[in-house]
Amino acid sequence: MRNYIIRRLLQLLPVLLGISIVIFAVLRLIPGGFASGMLGIDATPELIAQVEARYGLDQPAVTQYLRWMGGVLRGDFGQSFRSGAAILPEMLDRFGATAELTILAALISWCIALPLGILAAVKRNSMVDRVVRVAALLGVSIPGFALSILVILLLSMVFNYYPPLDYVGFFADPVKNLEIMALPALILGASMSGSVMRMTRSSVLEIFRQDFVKTVRAKGASEGVTIVRHVLRNALIPIVTLVGMQIGSLLGGAVVIEQIFSLPGLGLMTLTGINNRDYPVVQGCVLFIAFIYVLVNLIVDLLYAYIDPRISYD
Amino acid sequence: MRSLVSTLRDLWKDPMGRIGIIGIFLLIFMAVFAGQLAPYPYDGIGMKFQPPSAEHLFGTDKFGRDVFSRVLYGAGVSLEVGIIAVGIGAGFGYLLGLVAGYFEGWTDRVIMCLMDILFAFPSILLAIFISAVLGKGIGPTMVAIGIVNIPVFCRTVRAAVISAKGLEYVKNAQSVGVRTWPILVRHISPNVVAPFTVQATLALSGAILTEATLSFLGMGIQPPDPSWGSMLAEARANMARSPWTALFPLLFIVVTILVFNILGDALRDVLDPKLKV
Repeated sequence: MRNYIIRRLLQLLPVLLGISIVIFAVLRLIPGGFASGMLGIDATPELIAQVEARYGLDQPAVTQYLRWMGGVLRGDFGQSFRSGAAILPEMLDRFGATAELTILAALISWCIALPLGILAAVKRNSMVDRVVRVAALLGVSIPGFALSILVILLLSMVFNYYPPLDYVGFFADPVKNLEIMALPALILGASMSGSVMRMTRSSVLEIFRQDFVKTVRAKGASEGVTIVRHVLRNALIPIVTLVGMQIGSLLGGAVVIEQIFSLPGLGLMTLTGINNRDYPVVQGCVLFIAFIYVLVNLIVDLLYAYIDPRISYD
Repeated sequence: MRSLVSTLRDLWKDPMGRIGIIGIFLLIFMAVFAGQLAPYPYDGIGMKFQPPSAEHLFGTDKFGRDVFSRVLYGAGVSLEVGIIAVGIGAGFGYLLGLVAGYFEGWTDRVIMCLMDILFAFPSILLAIFISAVLGKGIGPTMVAIGIVNIPVFCRTVRAAVISAKGLEYVKNAQSVGVRTWPILVRHISPNVVAPFTVQATLALSGAILTEATLSFLGMGIQPPDPSWGSMLAEARANMARSPWTALFPLLFIVVTILVFNILGDALRDVLDPKLKV
């Protein structure tokens, strides 16, 4: 197992290196560089040259890349061009908010999707099954941001309630933090649960058909034991894959929800960085997000071996 | 390989397939005849924040533009962006997947490493990033969403090609000296059609959603061009005062994605019955 993890981590290196080169090159293709963006209408060629010299943007691209990469390898992601603040601490701070939102949303989606998905499979073609399938299809089809707007609209019209906009960290004030996080996490969780529900239903149905389930039942196991200990465990692999992909993509891609609810997350930091042409911020965030994304995939692969002992990486 | 007519016939027999076909037909009708159906031009200015009435079915927005007319024109923008973006993603993905799956070795490794790089970003972030490079507006948005879609098509086609390569008749064709491209086009491609078509239908709903999200974030279609996403973004500030400005574009985004998902599911059941549970 350890060798497998080391091998997988080593395989990540060329991908991360490729990402760093692509991101570095592509950022410099964005029309209107950092200097002209910052100076706005005051931008003259002399001023632009001064700003570029100050931030080292007048250096050859290779030199700039190597300097940035050298810093990253030492754990220094540089400073924001705009605010001058160190990027890594802010990134980790922002990641905290995004990770909290993602984890809460994932937990909520499991609480909704797993029992309902199993129930729909057990009562196949019944009324319950039909309702669950329609709900799941709606869940898949209503994007998180549309659901957010709809919920905010309803809450404001019916209860005159507006979600709080002043974010507080979990460790600063857990109660207030959860108050702020509850609504976006519920919406995101509901939105995620559609696909998990569909996957759970189809995966459980597929396992139900297999012979070993008949054997378990013939041995007199109760329906609960059959489902939880035998069927669900075998049905988990595709569900875990899907959930892993969802979590991976939310850790950087919850940008719209973060914007709607003014949550200072990693996605929003990247979006602001792109709009400000703040190269070090965008480079750092994107590399970090990509790293987390591939890391989540690795964890999912390792979970397979835990769920299904027949899968071995040794 | 199934003919288009028999696929459509089987799709029509399935109630969900029927809903999908009718829904998409209505959407296309709306998009094509927006000019004739819309009572006002999409950028025509009148009385601001008028609630829905006989004169303005969906009310008017903060500039006094007719929301119903803008929603109708928005259908055209969504479909146009969706279809062309999926066309770009599917076209390049198909070619790359075919080549990677058939040749394997270094070609495969290089192509799949590139795909892994694209896949290592959450898709919305990648779309935002490419949009920032290409600029805003309909054309760049299509290309950005198209690029985001390449890896998933490439992987689907590559997997189908690899499994088709092991089939007896492909090996026979190779052994009697049929050249590579005829094998790829005539013998392997038909095996790719089913997963490819299902993927394309589902990708369409994803592309329409990505366009709406990008426009909502101000990175996609720019006002006054009518896009459901940018209409939502514009409506946000005055949502409590004029909920209709947000509600109708939102409803059309959801219904459109729903219709494509229903069709995608039904198509998967018809083309790949093994997956039907």
